[in-house]
Amino acid sequence: MSNTLKNLTLKVWRQSGPQANGAFETHVIDEITDEASFLEMIDILNERLIDEGREAVVFDHDCREGICGTCSLMINGQAHGPERGTATCQLHMRKFSSGDTIVIEPWRASAFPIIRDLMVDRSAFDRIVEAGGYITAATGGAPDANLIPVPKPVADAAMDAAQCIGCGACVAACPNGAANLFTAAKITHLNLLPQGQAERFKRTEDMVETMDAHFGSCTNHGECEAACPKEISIDVIALMNADYRKAKTKNRKQLALK
Amino acid sequence: MSQTLQRGPVSGTAVKTAGKRKPFLLDLYSTAVGKKYVMAVTGIIGIGFIIGHMVGNLKAYLGVIEHNGAPAYDIDVYGEFLRELLVPIVPHGYALWGLRLALIGALVLHLHAAWSLTVMNRQARPVRYQSARDYQVANFASRTMRWSGILVVLFLLWHLADLTWGWFNPGFEHGAVYRNLDASLSRLPVAALYIVANIALGIHLFHGVWSLFQSMGWNNPRFNRWRRGLATAIATLVVVGNVSFPIMTLAGVINYTAL
Repeated sequence: MSNTLKNLTLKVWRQSGPQANGAFETHVIDEITDEASFLEMIDILNERLIDEGREAVVFDHDCREGICGTCSLMINGQAHGPERGTATCQLHMRKFSSGDTIVIEPWRASAFPIIRDLMVDRSAFDRIVEAGGYITAATGGAPDANLIPVPKPVADAAMDAAQCIGCGACVAACPNGAANLFTAAKITHLNLLPQGQAERFKRTEDMVETMDAHFGSCTNHGECEAACPKEISIDVIALMNADYRKAKTKNRKQLALK
Repeated sequence: MSQTLQRGPVSGTAVKTAGKRKPFLLDLYSTAVGKKYVMAVTGIIGIGFIIGHMVGNLKAYLGVIEHNGAPAYDIDVYGEFLRELLVPIVPHGYALWGLRLALIGALVLHLHAAWSLTVMNRQARPVRYQSARDYQVANFASRTMRWSGILVVLFLLWHLADLTWGWFNPGFEHGAVYRNLDASLSRLPVAALYIVANIALGIHLFHGVWSLFQSMGWNNPRFNRWRRGLATAIATLVVVGNVSFPIMTLAGVINYTAL
């Protein structure tokens, strides 16, 4: 059975451009079904704004099924809102009650400059992945399946890390604006697997140091894990920290760095 | 409407060129992850000291013993023993100074790493959230590490001035540990200060001991659940042990009489 929520007050961050001063703008949603997703609620608001001849609220969204990592939004002080283990697109209005005030802010980090309203530029993540988020594979015919044996627990752990959709909630939720969970997930995903061993230590060093150039540092609060729509464990951060130390010593020898 | 976003160079592969590197340790220390190793290792040194210091202080409860045929307060004998460490390999007091220098070095590094990481974190979010954050798992201890740390350092300065240099200790007598302890902690405001500072230290350790395992990458599914327990145990041990001294002094259990 669906219910109808009444009288929701939205405080939405509006900012006309990267350099502009932003401010909260208040909108009232008189009535909305609790089956609506959070983004559909903003769609409905936007249609109204367009009808009134005003600018629609700009926000990131794409697949709307929790796998692309495009949507963002800080909702009532929580990255991706109050639902655990989901992105904003899978948050539904049933998590709220009639009469609620909902505050919506963009991700805030110096590496994530606001493009407009609620949309931020997350290309700093691309810089980190470019630095080492790849493996070397032979081209040519497709190899036979299961040619490289991978123990099941290892495959599972790598898959858990590989779930990262790069949405940036970890950075947004982190009190320090650190990207350790993202970087560690990307590193762990490849470092655990046999296919990732060739570049393991070069990858770790390069990705960590690229991260360092853009983001803050980890103080082990665990907020990232709580905000992550894929519930990636901060255990991956420990693995990254251990591998970085190994990388610093091994790379000096293996890559003959002076 | 033109919008310029500041971006790094775009490339398909890692193109980081190997330039001339800093010496290994400096190179390691130049990244946040490296600074966290330093935080963790210097933290371990600090924890070792704090537990050793607390256990040493428990000698105050052993009262008077016979030492070299004369009665002496056990903790005074212990204080002298620390100066005699490794004698005759090294001269009197040298080993103690070695330990002190190691501790001072660890403290300086711990503070420098904390300072530079804090600056880095402020720069990572120059525009703060304009609405209230709703933290899910960050606890009071983890949120207040900087403040509990500052409190502990300020207390440390007072503690040295009080019981090592004797500036604020009425009738301070060098080497008379038991007498000085009683003279200092019999003052109610001072006793209160020691209690507050040690609770701050306990809060700092509660997050720090857990956190150092993550920073060093000491993560193993077999013992991960013990990390929080260990942090709680060490924090509790230190707070209970250290807070007992001012309380027991006020209660008259630690009570100096000239021998």
